[in-house]
Amino acid sequence: MLTNITMGQYYPVDSPIHRLDPRMKLVLTIAFIVAVFLVHTIWGYLLILGFVYLSARLARIPFKMLIKGIKPLRMILILTFLLNLFFTPGDTVLVEFWIIRITLEALRQAVFYSLRLVFLVLGTSLLTLTTSPVALSDGIELLLGPLKKIHFPAHELAMMMTIALRFIPTLLDETDKIMKAQMARGADFESGNLISRAKSMVPLLVPLFVSAFRRAGELAMAMESRCYHGGSGRTRFRVLKLKKADWLACGVVALLIGLVVLEGILL
Amino acid sequence: MDDQVRIKLENVSYTYEEAAAPALSEASAVIREGEFLAVLGHNGSGKSTLAKLLNALYIPTEGKIVVCGYDTSRDEYVWEIRRRAGMIFQNPDNQIVATVVKEDVAFGLENLGVPTDEMLPRVESSLAAVHMSKYADSAPHLLSGGQKQRVAVAGILAMEPDVLIADECTAMLDPSGRKEVLDTVRSLNRKKGITVVWITHFMEEAAQADRILVVSDGKIVSEGTPREIFSNVERMRELHLDVPRMTSLAGELRRDGMPLKEGILTVEELAEEVERLCPLKSGI
Amino acid sequence: MSIEVRHLTHTYGEGSALHTVALNDVSFTIEDGEFVGIVGHTGSGKSTLVQHLNGLLKPTSGQVLVDGEDLNGEKVNRRALRQRIGLVFQYPEYQLFEETVAKDIAFGPKNQGLSAKEIDARVRHAMSSVHLDYDKYAEKSPFELSGGQMRRVAIAGVLAMEPSVLILDEPTAGLDPRGRDRILTMLEELRAREHTTVLMVSHSMEDMARLATRLLVISEGRLAADGTPREIFSRPGLMTSVGLDIPEAARLCGVLRSRGYNLPEDLYRPEELREHLLRLWKEAAKC
Repeated sequence: MLTNITMGQYYPVDSPIHRLDPRMKLVLTIAFIVAVFLVHTIWGYLLILGFVYLSARLARIPFKMLIKGIKPLRMILILTFLLNLFFTPGDTVLVEFWIIRITLEALRQAVFYSLRLVFLVLGTSLLTLTTSPVALSDGIELLLGPLKKIHFPAHELAMMMTIALRFIPTLLDETDKIMKAQMARGADFESGNLISRAKSMVPLLVPLFVSAFRRAGELAMAMESRCYHGGSGRTRFRVLKLKKADWLACGVVALLIGLVVLEGILL
Repeated sequence: MDDQVRIKLENVSYTYEEAAAPALSEASAVIREGEFLAVLGHNGSGKSTLAKLLNALYIPTEGKIVVCGYDTSRDEYVWEIRRRAGMIFQNPDNQIVATVVKEDVAFGLENLGVPTDEMLPRVESSLAAVHMSKYADSAPHLLSGGQKQRVAVAGILAMEPDVLIADECTAMLDPSGRKEVLDTVRSLNRKKGITVVWITHFMEEAAQADRILVVSDGKIVSEGTPREIFSNVERMRELHLDVPRMTSLAGELRRDGMPLKEGILTVEELAEEVERLCPLKSGI
Repeated sequence: MSIEVRHLTHTYGEGSALHTVALNDVSFTIEDGEFVGIVGHTGSGKSTLVQHLNGLLKPTSGQVLVDGEDLNGEKVNRRALRQRIGLVFQYPEYQLFEETVAKDIAFGPKNQGLSAKEIDARVRHAMSSVHLDYDKYAEKSPFELSGGQMRRVAIAGVLAMEPSVLILDEPTAGLDPRGRDRILTMLEELRAREHTTVLMVSHSMEDMARLATRLLVISEGRLAADGTPREIFSRPGLMTSVGLDIPEAARLCGVLRSRGYNLPEDLYRPEELREHLLRLWKEAAKC
């Protein structure tokens, strides 16, 4: 059934990484990305790999699960690798035949650029796997909070995320019901070519949209009736507090960046 | 103003934009403190419009509504009115905002700007009052319809309202869910003295109220205790509303000549009348 | 057309830690022309049962036979069999999607591959069955109608497929007394006129007392009782033990009998009770 689809890719276990403040995790993820861009040697990448591996172990996330995040990106990865391999200028020729010329510099760049991409994905996956969507939207709202002064809709953004998360299971449930109801009227969602299959979605999508709009209208009224009037003057039920563990994690990432920079200078 | 009066409607009319006829016209009524008032009417009778007017979601096109001393047409009172007269809606799914029960209960408090450390005790006591403490950390979409509506009631309760307006909040529930929600709200009415405006098309529910307003075609057509209202079986039929089955059975028996008393609502009451009129003698 | 359910068991999420047995060894046979009421608490397995009857769900074990043919058998034309069993879901108005009422009702017959002429005839007939005037409503958008009218359009959409068996899952849920009475009257007429076999899931025992010729009581995935309303409502303690009510007339009858009054034990309709109460009163007056 459709309702069995897991929400996002949050991996719900309890671990020191899961318990970290979402704001800190967001900031540290950005710091990690910076670190990845600072790396220039294979030793640096080994360091980064070690960091990711240990974090995943600490977060009790199977490494396989983490790797799965790369799968959707494999086409882009291959393309990045090939483009860099063929079109990076260099002097040390490794292979040359017909119009193809591969140099050591090109190979190095192709490998490094691909690794960079892989680590970017691994880092962000680590964030989304260990942080529930609600905590994530909290973190984003609070981090972007100062931007409210320049009329950036940080609260609205977070509210939208929360509501979307609240209604995804409800709408999945509804999709399942409507699909069955149309199947009972002889609708066929599975066979036929692309065009006829797209057409067969109309009896599913129209009722779904109508219902989503009706729900939105009713929800807006219910929220207003509970005195919702935007983010100003609003207090929070859930408060986030930075704990020792957060500062410790901060220190570890700072160390990582330090080592990466050092590696860049020394090697 | 009489401090016993919680809500006062004076010649209230409301016409939707681009509608030819008013959805509610020239409605006048008074709702008193601590009262459990049912508003009974069929779909499209104007009863939901009435509910939304009481919550300042709509503003009367004519006439005036005063809720807990505040005129609903005055912008500056809107939030105070909504805090004092909380409302629960028909569709249990479309009024829960958060992904965790206790956070949803806190939603109103966040909007009112209640300090964080005051919220938790208020959320906890509200959930306890609707017997949902066990589910404080649950995801709302996994609850039954009746449980969702009780969470909605808790969300209103946390705002410490004077009045609870229920706009057909049982229409989408099964009989046990309906009973669960009605019993919860009735006990809040009795124990905490919260005034209740219970909008419904189920006569079984209206029969349990202190007083009934019957709405039809945008007008308040009658008003009285459940006994008074349901005794007029013919009138209720004309309005396409149900009467309790025992009331209509008693009515038919009276027409057949049996001198049953007026105003019978329940099985118990009819049984007692039968016992009075046909006393058992040995041998029957 | 007969439907035979044999040892039907259905388990959701089989093999996982969360598996739940929704139906457990349910067996019954439904004959032509019956009006079968399916009653049970929310979560008792009624909806799961209903979805098996036209093949939307497949049994974990057991069979559903339609006119002796296994609905999930390998050589069976499943689509053709399914079309003979019309299923109206709960809140069916939420499945409407076409621009006009007529087009929406035509969706089912179109999927059956009927000719344009036949489809038009079916749409007209179905609309008259649900008391919607063709000239007035056929070209209207279904989204402009009232809730009760939308529900009738949705039911017409299933009737237009001319099923031999009509299954309705709580067709009156959320309707006011007027909307409810319209649907129930419509079902009574349909049975009288076209002898359609009807299965109806409902929480209202009063509606069941009015319409059903037979009741299936489902509780915790099992068939707790199967019999006429008269049998079911007069069996003391049966309905309360599965968390359901009995009609008020049956309750009054029980109360009076327990106080020593001479009444048949199986009264459940107000009109039957009325006669007996009058008799009691006249007997009392004679003494």
